[in-house]
Amino acid sequence: MLLIECPWCGGRDETEFGYGGQAHVPYPEDPHALTDAQWAEYVFIRDNPRGPYAERWVHSAGCRRWFNAVRDTGTNDVKATYPIGARKPVTS
Amino acid sequence: MMVAETAALRRSPLAHREAEFAELGQLVPRVSLREEPFLTQVNLRVHPGSPALARIERELGLTLPGRPNTVARVADGSSTALGSLTALGSLTALWLGPDEWLIVAPDGLAAELTERLAAALDGSLGSAVDVSANRTTLLLAGASARAVLESGCAVDLHPRAFGSGDCVQTMLARAQVVLWQLDDRPSYRILVRGSFADYLADWLSATIRTEGKSR
Repeated sequence: MLLIECPWCGGRDETEFGYGGQAHVPYPEDPHALTDAQWAEYVFIRDNPRGPYAERWVHSAGCRRWFNAVRDTGTNDVKATYPIGARKPVTS
Repeated sequence: MMVAETAALRRSPLAHREAEFAELGQLVPRVSLREEPFLTQVNLRVHPGSPALARIERELGLTLPGRPNTVARVADGSSTALGSLTALGSLTALWLGPDEWLIVAPDGLAAELTERLAAALDGSLGSAVDVSANRTTLLLAGASARAVLESGCAVDLHPRAFGSGDCVQTMLARAQVVLWQLDDRPSYRILVRGSFADYLADWLSATIRTEGKSR
């Protein structure tokens, strides 16, 4: 079980949270200008690193707020959590 | 105000278990369980720090809690703009999120409360919605109350971390609840959705019986 620090509520069990995939994937400025391949890239293609990975989580059983977390995909360590709109923190 | 004939017709989700709860109290005197039906609950959303929030706080006569997982309450009988309401019992605001609170008050005040809050919002971004029928309330109190909750709740409820005037939205026995400690007896209010109430009452009843045997 992961222990995740909600930026609002504090540390809670993973079962209280929902997962939202990679964070900081910006919506294309002009979606109509994209080719099908570029659109598919935006919709489907995500990074898959071994190591620190910024992803979106929602505290669905608590305050129901979305936030971002940096999780090490190798060790499952949650290195940092931060509100939506905040800059991704530097983690070692 | 509640229309008289509607008030007579409504049934709380746990009304049929009153006798069972009383029997449980006889069996395990260290903890008591009962339903507090029909509490007024109003969900309030307003931007923190906005003029609308200041107007609402003036109207309610209390400062909405800004610290996560805490409550603020207007004492019984205090004279505020809502004096007529608080004379009937206390009014409490529970922190639910950075821009969201749950106002809990005695039965029958939902219409007046939502009306006054909407008036105080005065068209600003926000909402005041009567959600009284969303959840029912269980009152769990007594020396063993914390031990009962701890067997199904991962949040630290030890007095060093959680005390009177704290509230938390979490899972109790896998059911989503708002858990709120009223005093140091300790007494807890458990706000649970109507459709989960029977399940949670089953779990609490079984856990209280086990707790009774363990001493």
